[in-house]
Amino acid sequence: MSLPSRANMTSELKLHLESVQGKAIKAISVSHGEMTVLANRDSIVKLLEFLRDDSQCRFETLVDLCGLDFPNDAERFEVVYHMLSMRLNQRIRIKVRTDEATPVPSAVSVFPVANWYEREAFDMYGIIFSDHPDLRRILTDYGFEGYPLRKDFPLTGRVQVRYDEAQKRVINEPVKLIQEYRNFDFLSPWEGMQAVIPGDEKAGEAKK
Amino acid sequence: MADDINHKSADLDLDDRKFTINFGPQHPAAHGVLRLVLDLDGEIVDRVDPHISLLHRGTEKLIEYKTFLQALPYFDRLDYVAPMNQEHAYCLAIEKLAGIQVPERAKYIRVIFSEIGRILSHLLNVTTQAMDVGALTPPLWGFEPREQLMVFYERASGSRMHAAFFRPGGVHQDLPPELVEDIHKFCGPFLKTLDDIEALVTENRIFKQRNVDIGVVSVEDALAWGFSGVMVRGSGLAWDLRRAEPYEVYSELDFKIPVGKNGDCWDRYLCRIEEMRESVKIIKQCIDKMPVGPVLPEHSKFAPPRRGEMKNSMEALIHHFKLYTEGFHVPAGETYACVEAPKGEFGVYLVTDGGNRPYRLKIKAPGYAHLHAMDHLCRGHMLADVSAILGSLDIVFGEVDR
Repeated sequence: MSLPSRANMTSELKLHLESVQGKAIKAISVSHGEMTVLANRDSIVKLLEFLRDDSQCRFETLVDLCGLDFPNDAERFEVVYHMLSMRLNQRIRIKVRTDEATPVPSAVSVFPVANWYEREAFDMYGIIFSDHPDLRRILTDYGFEGYPLRKDFPLTGRVQVRYDEAQKRVINEPVKLIQEYRNFDFLSPWEGMQAVIPGDEKAGEAKK
Repeated sequence: MADDINHKSADLDLDDRKFTINFGPQHPAAHGVLRLVLDLDGEIVDRVDPHISLLHRGTEKLIEYKTFLQALPYFDRLDYVAPMNQEHAYCLAIEKLAGIQVPERAKYIRVIFSEIGRILSHLLNVTTQAMDVGALTPPLWGFEPREQLMVFYERASGSRMHAAFFRPGGVHQDLPPELVEDIHKFCGPFLKTLDDIEALVTENRIFKQRNVDIGVVSVEDALAWGFSGVMVRGSGLAWDLRRAEPYEVYSELDFKIPVGKNGDCWDRYLCRIEEMRESVKIIKQCIDKMPVGPVLPEHSKFAPPRRGEMKNSMEALIHHFKLYTEGFHVPAGETYACVEAPKGEFGVYLVTDGGNRPYRLKIKAPGYAHLHAMDHLCRGHMLADVSAILGSLDIVFGEVDR
């Protein structure tokens, strides 16, 4: 096979993107041979369209779109687009930051497949997509409340479902746990003790 | 009286031909728990609205609360028809981030079981698709070799379906030589079974009437709707991750990529049949080429020490304890790893923060995108074609709903 090596293609693509789409892009990084582009939220649809149609990019498949939550950041959500070019055999990852209130322009007009992926991101994180034709919940139950994949959503959920014999129907009620959910943190110094032993604060000073 | 009837029919709105029905959630042709809301105009499908999530188990959320090793068995429960292929993508993602080297023998074992998974999945799909359009015998013929393959799963991992056999760094246990021999012995007769199934189904008049020119996918559609696997190959695009981004030892193996011409249900069926033959070829080659050696990296923080070692070495015992309580740490970073699963590109987007758990893990299931296109594919088709199209999309709800 005489395909050019992945590394060469990535660096070429990086230069190309920087020169042509510099305005839409905040940063480009490459790690583990994968290119990540942090894009401006407002120009994301234009950028996706460019990536799809440009002869050096041809990212014609939107492989995946998902949300990410960093609750401590000002713009807590990240929307991640994974794109693939089957013709040039290259991949790219696009990221956009947003918060709970600010909508991200929907990619449905460029990639119809984005419809369900955006519904999923909305369902799981509450990320809003503007101009989405049908922004309903998709993976949670009818009538579900809350955004389950947010880091502040409890693993056990907030409601439990059971059949109520008295009312003769299925009812939702607040979760009742016999035992508090135990979230063990096994983190410990794997490479030996580095923590300061109480009363031994001067141990480090002696070495200096 | 006659006047009465005339009067009524005049009153009837043309829209009385239009009605909405529920297909599922319990329907034998829905391949699981799928609720399709179908808008019909007579027998013509106007709109399809798939309601998924009846099997949603919150896998991605659960994984965020488990160590890397504890998260692995969740992958068996995604596409439960070909469990090990999913584990594979997850292991590849961890190996990429942590820089783990997989021993040669483990690579071959992984390929053997990935291909067994492919046969398992295609065998189920091809035969049940025939059942969806009215044939009862193919599933009966197909499930016998499936059972044999699941016995191979069991002999390797201890479990017929939820194997949890792959590990970051290799596979859990080496294969006993008798098992390798039996897998080799299975290949010949299986090709014969495949011929039998083909003789029964492929040129069958009813099967062709129900599948040829049904659910046609053009190359443009396949790209725009995010298809992968057989769904793009059936339309004539020779795209296979085993060839395009070779992982494990696929670059050293000799196999062909079957490609369809018309992109209809029948072409996809043919692709799957051919792929099973290629899988058998790959399995045979792997058995011939498989070297002897370890199946997990030795003296590594990512793999447990062997039993014998633990009896003599305190360090090994500590290592074992730490590995199974705290688990190993993966350096902070993000990666997307994918494999050519039987149903298409199965990917894992893994974000880590340097701890012993994934910070976020997104599962890219091929079936999700395929099912999404149901509306696009079914419009204008007859109601009866819905089950044929659904069958050829190869949907498994474990991975769609996650």
